[in-house]
Parts: sequence; structure tokens; C-alpha cells
Amino acid sequence: MTIVIYVVQSILALAVMLALYRAVVGPSILDRALALDVVLAIISAALVLTMIVNHHLDHLILLVVISLVGFIGSVAVARFLTDRG
Amino acid sequence: MLTDVIVSILLIGGAFMSLAAGIGLLRFPDLLSRMHAATKPQVLGLLLVLAALAVETGSWLLLPVLFLCWLFQLLTSPVSALMVGRTGYRTRHLRRELLTLDELDDVVERAIVDQAERQRPAGADGADAGVQDGPGGSAGAAR
Repeated sequence: MTIVIYVVQSILALAVMLALYRAVVGPSILDRALALDVVLAIISAALVLTMIVNHHLDHLILLVVISLVGFIGSVAVARFLTDRG
Repeated sequence: MLTDVIVSILLIGGAFMSLAAGIGLLRFPDLLSRMHAATKPQVLGLLLVLAALAVETGSWLLLPVLFLCWLFQLLTSPVSALMVGRTGYRTRHLRRELLTLDELDDVVERAIVDQAERQRPAGADGADAGVQDGPGGSAGAAR
């Protein structure tokens, strides 16, 4: 189980690095918003992982808050983006 | 022991969804195909990871709460994907040579034609500026 947790942690770390690379490099602001949405999804997966490791349920509300923040963020970026790119 | 195995499989599945999204974001050529990759950890990855949490906790009382978390993500992520995709189409953040079919193109063409026909009586009243504004404004409204 410990090995599995290390493996999952490293996979999540690699995934978040790739998403952050796209958020930094991304040619348009929409790519960045999308990449940061993925980063938030990976962060919520990591929160669930900490809950499983430490046997508590304190971060469940954070999952809802994270999905709300990601929704508001990407909708705001998409809504107020005009033709300038 | 069996619980640990199930939890491990679900966790690794969810983590691989995240990794697939990261690789997809890195490798795919334009915004729309990157959006296709980005939805994997948001819905399926979260489902697998929450299932791992449910199996690990082993309490039925937790299931509605976890389902609520997942349902919230399931309701919000299509809406934000719609907004991002629509804005990407409007601001032309897509590579047209990669598309096999653009179903929206016909609709936009027809909407522009419709709007031009509707504006013609108003333009006949003598507002030249309104007619000149027409194509740009109608294209923006139609897309």
C-alpha cells in the first residue's frame, strides 16, 4: 500500500508538471485556463489521496470548493475574452 | 487485504487519468483536442479516486456526500467546457486544417445570411452606417 501511494504521488506530480508546462507555454489564454482547470482536478485527486492516507474526511468540502473555483475561473476567462486573443 | 488491492487499483487508475490529461495537454496540437484530453481527470479520474475513498472508508453514509462531490463536478465541467470551446471557436483558436467536419460553419453562414436579410428593410430607411456595421456585428452575434 505504501508503494502504491508513492507511485500514485509521483504520477500525479508528473501530470501536474505537464499541465503546468502547458499553462506556462500555452499559446493562448484559453489553453492556460484549460491547463489550470486540469491542475485543479489533479489537486482534488491529491486531496483525496491525503484523505485515504491519513484516514480522515476533512477535505471533502474542499473538493466542492475546488470544482466551484475551477468553474468560475474558466467561465470568467472564457466570457470576457474577446477577439484580441 | 482485498480492500487495499481494490483501493490501489482505483487510485492508480485515477492517477493515470491525470497523467493522460497531462500528456494530452502537452502533445495535442490545438485547443479543441486539448479540451478532449482535459476532461478525463475532471470526470472519470475524480470518479475513480472518490470510489477509492469510498472503498477505503467502507461506510454507506459517506456515499451520498461523495456522489454529491462528483455530481457537482459533473454539472460544472460541461458548462465551463462549453464556454471555453465557444470562445475558442469565436476567437479562432483552432486549426481548421485538423478538422474533418465543421458542422457549425453551415449554421453560422445561414445565420449571417438571415441577419443580413432581416437588416435590409432597416437599412433601406437610409442609415448607411448601420449597413456598414452589419456584417461584422451579425457575424459576431451569429457565432
